[in-house]
Amino acid sequence: MSKKTLIVIGNGMVGHHFLEQFVASPAAEDFRVVVFGEEKQLAYDRVHLSEYFSGSSHADLAMGTADWYTENRIELRLNEAVTRIDREGRKVTTDRGDYAYDELVLATGSYPFVPPIEGREHPHCFVYRTLEDLDAIRASARDGKSGVVIGGGLLGLEAANALKSLGLQAHVVEFAPRLMPVQLDAEGGSLLRHKIEELGVQVHTDKATTAIVEGQDARLRMNFSDDSHLDTDLIVFSAGIRPQDTLARACGLEIGERGGIVIDDHCTTSDRHIHAIGECALWDQRIFGLVAPGYTMARTLSSVLNNDEEAVFTGADMSTKLKLLGVDVGAIGDAHGQAPGARSIRFNDEQAGHYRRMVISEDGKRLLGAILVGDNSHYDTLLQYALNEITLPGNPETLILPESQGGAPALGPDALPETASICSCHNVTKGDICGAIDAGCSDLASVKVETKASTGCGGCSALLKNVVDSELEKRGVEVSKDICEHFPYSRQDLFHLVKVNGIRTFRTLISQYGKGHGCDICKPTVASILATCWNEHILTTDHVPLQDTNDTFMANMQKNGTYSIVPRVPGGEITPDKLIVLGEVAREYDLYTKITGGQRVDLFGATLSQLPEIWEKLIAAGFETGHAYGKSLRTVKSCVGNTWCRYGVQDSVGMAIFLENRYKGLRAPHKIKMAVSGCTRECAEAQSKDIGVIATENGWNLYVCGNGGMRPRHADLFATDLSDDGLIRTIDRVLMLYVRTADRLQRTSVWMENLEGGLDYLKEVVLEDSLGMGAELEAHMADIVSTYQCEWKTAVEDPEKRKRFREFVNEPEKKDPVQQWTVERDQRRPVLESA
Amino acid sequence: MKAPTRWDAVCTVDDLVPESGIAVWTEDGPVAVFYLPHRLPALFAISHHDPISGANVLARGITGDLKGEPVVASPLYKQHFSLRTGRCLEDESVQVKRYPVLLDGGRVRLEVPCEQRQTSAA
Repeated sequence: MSKKTLIVIGNGMVGHHFLEQFVASPAAEDFRVVVFGEEKQLAYDRVHLSEYFSGSSHADLAMGTADWYTENRIELRLNEAVTRIDREGRKVTTDRGDYAYDELVLATGSYPFVPPIEGREHPHCFVYRTLEDLDAIRASARDGKSGVVIGGGLLGLEAANALKSLGLQAHVVEFAPRLMPVQLDAEGGSLLRHKIEELGVQVHTDKATTAIVEGQDARLRMNFSDDSHLDTDLIVFSAGIRPQDTLARACGLEIGERGGIVIDDHCTTSDRHIHAIGECALWDQRIFGLVAPGYTMARTLSSVLNNDEEAVFTGADMSTKLKLLGVDVGAIGDAHGQAPGARSIRFNDEQAGHYRRMVISEDGKRLLGAILVGDNSHYDTLLQYALNEITLPGNPETLILPESQGGAPALGPDALPETASICSCHNVTKGDICGAIDAGCSDLASVKVETKASTGCGGCSALLKNVVDSELEKRGVEVSKDICEHFPYSRQDLFHLVKVNGIRTFRTLISQYGKGHGCDICKPTVASILATCWNEHILTTDHVPLQDTNDTFMANMQKNGTYSIVPRVPGGEITPDKLIVLGEVAREYDLYTKITGGQRVDLFGATLSQLPEIWEKLIAAGFETGHAYGKSLRTVKSCVGNTWCRYGVQDSVGMAIFLENRYKGLRAPHKIKMAVSGCTRECAEAQSKDIGVIATENGWNLYVCGNGGMRPRHADLFATDLSDDGLIRTIDRVLMLYVRTADRLQRTSVWMENLEGGLDYLKEVVLEDSLGMGAELEAHMADIVSTYQCEWKTAVEDPEKRKRFREFVNEPEKKDPVQQWTVERDQRRPVLESA
Repeated sequence: MKAPTRWDAVCTVDDLVPESGIAVWTEDGPVAVFYLPHRLPALFAISHHDPISGANVLARGITGDLKGEPVVASPLYKQHFSLRTGRCLEDESVQVKRYPVLLDGGRVRLEVPCEQRQTSAA
């Protein structure tokens, strides 16, 4: 049987999510899938669109990759707009031809509504929807001073934030008497206004724009119906969205009175072979302008196409929680109390700037809705009460009162029913999480991978952690943080004990806080902690037996028991003379030579006893140890920067060398890699590093917590346009916090993901110094920097330390017989006789 | 009948590294000698040859104890070998040879099998 054809029109977030669901379903076997996208790019995350201005690229925002489409055999036709649907002939037409379909999915999304104001076609008037729009806004902002957003809703405030980040004086003009009129009431709106004005955004409510004309003090002037006016250099329309239903209209599908493609509970239109999902679809007279309901429709439709008759879309929760210009705003369910008999309880602390409103049912038993401004910490609990219809306590006001005034603590995970939705982006319930744990997930990270929970907007991360911890504990899985049988402590606990009690040896620590003699887990962990706290040489008598395989001989052990040597080449910059020395040493000892990914040279095949002699020669030529053997800073990779490159905007090599010399020798829970790129082309691949630095015209953008390897992760943008000093201070704090608080063998990425509050929390602690420990972290780093020594230099100068570098202490000339060699591509390589 | 053996002096106490191992070459091949000053006895000797990797590296592993059993962890693939019996804790079918060892004045002596010819390697 030949395959049927499924065509999807639209490659936005919802269309992409539908494809993800569909290709993983059984029906994918029966269909050839073709996708048409009007934009040039692959589907990207519009929810986080404004991050494009703070340094994210299309790749950061992309939902999938071209490879993903290829791997799943999806024909992706970008930049090819469908112009007509022929329902009789079941085909669609583009400017390049006709394509037949058996099933058609419309995921055409919406377009920004631009009110019919005279002068709206002016070239400095924009909408805020696509990456092209953002590029145009950025270009216009370059020689402007101020910008106005028309529309004080959710997207409008996002847009205002974007204008502010472009350096413009931002204004918001709203027709209604308050900001976010859909979600907030008068008190909530006025508090939000107050907070946003404090941040320097000017808010004008109750303003109807009548015309846009040439300005006097700026490029444009907006005239309002009350005869006032406002001059501005650019205008962004953000006055709501309208469903993109043009194709559907033209082919005669049923359309709602105010637009929108009418769908039934199966996400199917008036033509049973045509389906619609996302913001173009009208269900029960409603358009859903949020991503989560769109995702729910996408999942429903995928099930429908798999002939699952029970799959129905039954509406969606429109609750939202977000940070607008740094201000918490939350709205849940029936926030305005429109249900008959609904009553409200309000808490308003003007001093702290917190406003909370609960809407409860007539009988006082159910929470119908809520509004939060200034503090979203009650959101999760309130949402669970509303979504799961949990009976309210007798004195419901305690849910929104501060704890000091008798407020109830957050709803514990045990109180949630199995059906409670924990992650609404990926529709993960508490039951799903329990299922994943029963199927073998034993920690937060694996539950996230298995269920995708908390990998969308991330808003549920704290709740998810609570549920996972509580469920693990219930199953008798001791959520044990003990590092091994010798210490009933986590690495972080041990760090604290060592630091506070001034403990300087493993022996003291284990006799006071542990039992037994230690093992290959706790010894290297404690060695790393001692190095961070006191920075003594790793080969002193007390420390030498603690070191891991590679640290203990300060070289990397290879499979036949020989070692490789990596001298430090800071930033990858090396003089010809030094390069020649490396070649000469390698030739003298017949070392296999390879260039590493970190812009260094790795010399393989040295025996234990050769290591000190080789290092004597390298040190004499000015080399230092490269710590390739340590859980410590490896390299700082760099591109050539503005000294040579015609695109470079900063001296990336200089910064890389500075960073490498600053942090070399810092011991950490795992290896640390860094890179510095001299411009946004990112040739040093800084976004795949623990610490990535990318030059901007104004300074440096800092990315943190990326890595390559088995589970690659792009680094997150952490701070923008930092000065040299600001950059170093920020890295000092991030690294020191990581070194102090991460688990053993935890890379920065996993560490950050496991921090409660994740990236935002890290930003608060590091950038806003919310714990007041910034100065202490910097001082600790300064101390480590000042006590740096080249471990190899110290070792070769000390006969006691050199003594250990003997393969057989009783036969100095004896060659290890298992080390056999052959030649391949003109270099020596090991042949290992099988054991 | 027990094969003939002999107590060879392989190194001095100064060659030992507290809480760690060193390697010596004997007529029976490479042997790892561990010095754990906080235990009794304090000296252990097992083959230096790691049967899992095929390399001579066991003396360079981290020592410790697991449920009271003195062990060394292979520095290559991290299996644990009992210092008392030579047995691999992760795989019972794997065993390395163990050697009686003692301290004779300042000298460390190992009991190794000897050939008929009586030669002194010490």
